[in-house]
Amino acid sequence: MALVEFFQMLPVWLGRLLNAGWGEMDYGWAWFLGHFTMILIFDVVLLVLIAYLLLADRKIWAAVQMRRGPNVVGPFGLLQTFADLFKFLFKEVIIPAGANKVIFVIAPLITVILAFAGWAVVPMADKWVVSDINVGILYLFAMSSLGVYGIIMAGWASNSKYPFLSALRAAAQMVSYEVSIGFVIITVLLFAGSLNLSDIVRAQSTTGVFALANWNVFSILFPMLPIFFVSALAETNRPPFDLVEAESELVAGFFVEYSSTPFLLFFLGEYLSIVLMCAMCSILFLGGWLSPLNIWPLNIPELGIFWFLLKICFFFFMFAMVKAMVPRYRYDQLMRLGWKVFLPTSLLWVVLTAAYVLVFHSNA
Amino acid sequence: MFEAIAFYFFSAILIASALMVIAARNPVHSVLFLILCFFNAAGLFVLAGAEFLAMLLVVVYVGAVAVLFLFVVMMLDIDFAELKRGALQYLPLGALIGLVLVAELVMAGSAWLLKPPVLAARAHATPEGVTNTAALGHILYTDYIYYFQIAGLVLLVAMIGAIVLTLRHRPGVRRQVISVQNARTAAMAVNMVDIKPGEGA
Repeated sequence: MALVEFFQMLPVWLGRLLNAGWGEMDYGWAWFLGHFTMILIFDVVLLVLIAYLLLADRKIWAAVQMRRGPNVVGPFGLLQTFADLFKFLFKEVIIPAGANKVIFVIAPLITVILAFAGWAVVPMADKWVVSDINVGILYLFAMSSLGVYGIIMAGWASNSKYPFLSALRAAAQMVSYEVSIGFVIITVLLFAGSLNLSDIVRAQSTTGVFALANWNVFSILFPMLPIFFVSALAETNRPPFDLVEAESELVAGFFVEYSSTPFLLFFLGEYLSIVLMCAMCSILFLGGWLSPLNIWPLNIPELGIFWFLLKICFFFFMFAMVKAMVPRYRYDQLMRLGWKVFLPTSLLWVVLTAAYVLVFHSNA
Repeated sequence: MFEAIAFYFFSAILIASALMVIAARNPVHSVLFLILCFFNAAGLFVLAGAEFLAMLLVVVYVGAVAVLFLFVVMMLDIDFAELKRGALQYLPLGALIGLVLVAELVMAGSAWLLKPPVLAARAHATPEGVTNTAALGHILYTDYIYYFQIAGLVLLVAMIGAIVLTLRHRPGVRRQVISVQNARTAAMAVNMVDIKPGEGA
């Protein structure tokens, strides 16, 4: 049963169970209640996942530098993120006197809402998706490209030098790398023949034993994964492309003036979009919820979510390792990489993939 | 009923934010209201079943064009109150253009009343069994392929034109050649010199 159907039936079942007379609820309300519950549960699970991925990020970073990392709050530091959460929540919100107050407060909200909104179309397993829309990948692309607004608005509304410089950098950087992300996405959807994320995953499935041989990363699209991964680093302002918050030049970048909960929202939004990018990498190239081998206990559909989370964790580990190991790029190097290396390569690959699909795929 | 509520919700915000684009004192607020406008227009597209256009509106206009608008408006130090001082004298002209647009929209929108055969020519956003994206693709790449290609060429010419117009060759600029930088080795960069005390290099 699909996740959506389960949650739509949930209030109906509940009504029958309690025999309270609302078992005969009309479809509209059941739809609304079911979706509301589903989205609530989905977001809470996502937040807990983010809390532990954040801890993992810090632990990996510490391990590379031969430190212990957070290990005080709870066993092995497992509750560190929650301690941080309460610290951010209980501190005072400071809004600078010269700031444009409305935009200053809206900016972190926009960041976190957009980061959450992108998750609506991500298929966790077969049919396990909040909204299975036909233009899912365009929607994801739109949501990730809108992330720049939170940063620009924060930088401008702070009415301060460093945040403003950071906002200008962010605008240039994110617009530049969106171009190559867009072309990589075009190659994948040429290959899959669909804009629906579930269909893109299904296009990578096969009945052979070595199912992973049919994943996009092992097809003609293989050079697109590194390009997508590096562009995702730049798009989410992760090191080595964190020029937006380069502390040696811009203090802390666009959130210099932010404190307590608004800062927490920026932080949360950043990690949500990082994990979203990991999810996109695994859906587009590593076959989403598909098992790597078509052997009985591994390929049962219920394990789909496990494989998907495993792939997300793999890409998140890569993100964390890059942060720990690679020094920050200079701004001109960043622009050169985006416009002079990634753009021509991905453009060429769009043409190559189109030719390949025309010649080798029978449905073209 | 649900669709009607959504339609009036999107339309009301669309019109209100469109008014605010020209009424806001701060130009940055104007651009932000313009973005809100685009978003609600995208919502209306989704209601009409044109999901591909909705997403393109968000990706292209909100994700790229409006970012550049915002970029420029933030960088410019223009006293917009000064600029707007004489704006009211253009009101008759603006109203005339608005009237022409309304008349055209009414004529286009009520074409099937004036000329019933037009009804058959109306295309649905999502025809039977085909997604909106596929339907658009079929129309663009079969019926209107030449117009589509010409539109692409016009955009290409515009892009190259913009680059040519802003490109300036300044003499004496020191450029970085990345391949030369990468080809440098320690032997090329460091020269060990044995200097005796009291003498220069």
